[in-house]
Amino acid sequence: MKTETFDHKIYKVSRRDFIKSTSVGMTGLLLGIQLSCTDNAKKLTGNPAAVFSPNFFISINGNGDVTLIAHRSEMGTGIRTSLPLVMADEMEADWSRVKVEQAQGDEKYGDQNTDGSYSVRMFYTPMRKAGATVRLMLEQAAAKEWGVAVSECKAQHHEVVHTSGKFFGFGYLAEKAGALPIPEESAITLKDPKDFKYITKQSSIVDLKEIVTGKAKFGYDHKLPNTKYAVIKRNPEAGAGLKSFNMDAAMKVPGVIKVFSLDAPGFPTNFNKPLGGVVVVAENTWAAMSGRDALEIIWNKGINADYDSMKYSNAMLKQAKTKGKARRTNGDAYKALSKAKKIIEADYIVPHLVHAPMETPCALAHFHDGMCEVWAPVQDPQGVRKSLAEALGLDLKSVTVNITLLGGAFGRKSKPDFVVEAALISKNIGAPVKILWTREDDIQHGFYHSPSAQHVKVGLDDNNNVTAWLHRSVFPSIGGTADPKSVEPSGGELSLGMIDLPYAIDNISCETQEARTQIRIGWMRSVSNIHHAFAIGCTVDEIAQARGVDPVQNILDLLGEDRMIDPKLLGAENSNYGEKIEDFPWNTARFREVIETVKEKSNWGKTLPKGSGQGIAVHRSFLTYVACVVEVTVDENNKINILKVDYAVDCGVPVNPERIKAQFEGGASFAAGIALKSEITVSQSAVQQSNFHNYLVARMPDAPYETAVHIIESTERPTGVGEPPVPPFIPALCNAIYAATGKRIRQLPIRLT
Amino acid sequence: MATYQLHINGKNHEIDAVPETPLLWILRDNLDLTGTKFGCGMAQCGACTVHVDGNAIRSCSTPVSSIGEKKVTTIEGISEGGLHPIQQAWMDENVPQCGYCQTGQIMSAIALIEKNSNPSDEDIESAMAGNICRCGTYERIRKAIKTAAKGNA
Repeated sequence: MKTETFDHKIYKVSRRDFIKSTSVGMTGLLLGIQLSCTDNAKKLTGNPAAVFSPNFFISINGNGDVTLIAHRSEMGTGIRTSLPLVMADEMEADWSRVKVEQAQGDEKYGDQNTDGSYSVRMFYTPMRKAGATVRLMLEQAAAKEWGVAVSECKAQHHEVVHTSGKFFGFGYLAEKAGALPIPEESAITLKDPKDFKYITKQSSIVDLKEIVTGKAKFGYDHKLPNTKYAVIKRNPEAGAGLKSFNMDAAMKVPGVIKVFSLDAPGFPTNFNKPLGGVVVVAENTWAAMSGRDALEIIWNKGINADYDSMKYSNAMLKQAKTKGKARRTNGDAYKALSKAKKIIEADYIVPHLVHAPMETPCALAHFHDGMCEVWAPVQDPQGVRKSLAEALGLDLKSVTVNITLLGGAFGRKSKPDFVVEAALISKNIGAPVKILWTREDDIQHGFYHSPSAQHVKVGLDDNNNVTAWLHRSVFPSIGGTADPKSVEPSGGELSLGMIDLPYAIDNISCETQEARTQIRIGWMRSVSNIHHAFAIGCTVDEIAQARGVDPVQNILDLLGEDRMIDPKLLGAENSNYGEKIEDFPWNTARFREVIETVKEKSNWGKTLPKGSGQGIAVHRSFLTYVACVVEVTVDENNKINILKVDYAVDCGVPVNPERIKAQFEGGASFAAGIALKSEITVSQSAVQQSNFHNYLVARMPDAPYETAVHIIESTERPTGVGEPPVPPFIPALCNAIYAATGKRIRQLPIRLT
Repeated sequence: MATYQLHINGKNHEIDAVPETPLLWILRDNLDLTGTKFGCGMAQCGACTVHVDGNAIRSCSTPVSSIGEKKVTTIEGISEGGLHPIQQAWMDENVPQCGYCQTGQIMSAIALIEKNSNPSDEDIESAMAGNICRCGTYERIRKAIKTAAKGNA
């Protein structure tokens, strides 16, 4: 989440710091240059010991091998490929000669918190500049060698070519370029997009072959000599801790080495503190699990011992029906409602959800000699480093964070709690240790998507124009996981799909009510956009019905004429995903274009057999404009089959179209799971689901049969695609079910019977 | 503890283990064959799929004591002599996102097409419904299986 709400909890370096750190690197980091005689006959390669590395991200050696640093975490979005690809394109490197290396967690790289769908948005231009700087320096080096003007030299495909046709390889030039001063930023020219070789073109991910052959290394795949294995039994009530335990039976399990307790943080737990509990360390994973099964534990009861998600949801619904605290106000929605000719009124309920990435939280940690090194699948490596330093009482320099591939994350692995656990255990036992969260741990001790109740009331006048929009959203804030005073949604959370409503309605009231966080709440792929888009997208479809207008036309009518939405209308709390409105305006013309595109591409309005239907919903999230049409059939047993999904997407420059498509296909499946199956319930503070037999997610038969992704060609600044597929899918599906069956869906997961 | 002679990827291994130990942890902890993944521990997700005498099984729920003389093949064994057509199809269709579940998906898919060289959509769904992918690569998995099946024909 890159919103102001969480800034104090998530350690990040601003964009300005990144530029600064890059330029520090540019002037200060010329690695390994050695002076030696150069063989002039070698035009492609140079001194093999020389490494030209004008910044932290790019280096070229005398053989012409290019190493590019991926500083963002790879959790399946393809970012480990996409940003290096941007650098390679700008520097005219041959992609086949590029090796991508994963950065460790270190502030020198700038922001590494891979979250909030902003990797490409934040780093597209800096990476282009880094690549273009290298290109210019290689051209300058060649010009100097030939004694010609730089303007006569052009880098292309791993060589610098002179207008006469002669050329040098990058390897040959590496050492020479390394001897040159770093050019001023004003001297750098970025490529004309028409000359892009990799950006906006198709490309496979760099880890593809390693993944399909089983060689790719994820969090639990690393090992050191004498590594031990650990699991932890945690109190079902987050933060409440331990009263007493008996380890006798556990210690008798073959392979168990040690059992001890970790302190609990109380509640709120914060994001980086382990939950505490009883640790079982063993010679192998199975022994650790078996030892844990044999523990006898009496848990403390904490302040949330009575937390019951069903009662909580009912209470929120009751609150949603009464006037709340205004968070965005335009005109007078109550007055307009009182004069309305027609009223549409509905409540929307969404339960707790959990990320459940296929790879559960896990980490390898080695504490020794006052230092700690970890290997872990983490989204926020710098946050992990700071959390480890704090928990172990070390300075940052004594903590090394190696980032493995992430076996899915969806927001779960931005919290460092599980890595801190591993480090504390390693310190306690004096040996390297791997910690594994079992699936039960993952489902029952997560950072849950906030449950919500929403009330929407819309007024139409005599002419079927919408004159009033009243939207109340009640849900416990993520902030409540760290701060007991955080008892209402933050402006940042409301900017995720609620107060950034684009529709041209004169009278709008967006309101919230208090709801105290009583379990760890975290951000999950698209965050509160999930529930806001559900309520708004379904309500808009009801408006179409009330107006007697085609749903697509209805959305265009509500959107009004093309314009940049005046930020004053959205209110002071609108965060615009942390970006300045001048840089990323809310442009309704771009929204209209995705709507019109999806209408055409989905063959909207086509004749369908009975029991089938199409539904549309649109949603801008993370500054990306998305329109989604879903086609379903619902059979006589109320079984829902998702036949076809069409997405139209405007994410600015589509940097890696192949991975954009993949994110949308996968996002549709992820959202289908939320819509059709997933639900976490809590009773007496204990999560009632435990594994994939009762926390249901989309499997192949549940997922859309076909997803078509229509990417708008654009030269606008690129924006993210990890999260934006999720929000509009769910209301589009619900609206399709309505078209097929006449049943409105107002609660997730969808239950037709 | 007991001693087991296991035939894995064409090699014999002598393993000392508690009889109930799931094959998954023998592969991973004892033999460092980490291509086989843990996902659920109760045969619900398919991330740990390996072949035992050519059948796709969930190694997280298969005790080492039940293997006996049977031949175990993991993703590492599949990859020894170059890419299997299923792996090639996985690359051609750019199936993986995070990649974690994909070795299990590939093992299930190989077991499917080795028994049914031309699977229908229904055949694919029923063979693959036990393998969860949270990234949601299902469409491409289906396509890749069909691509590989065509190549076989």
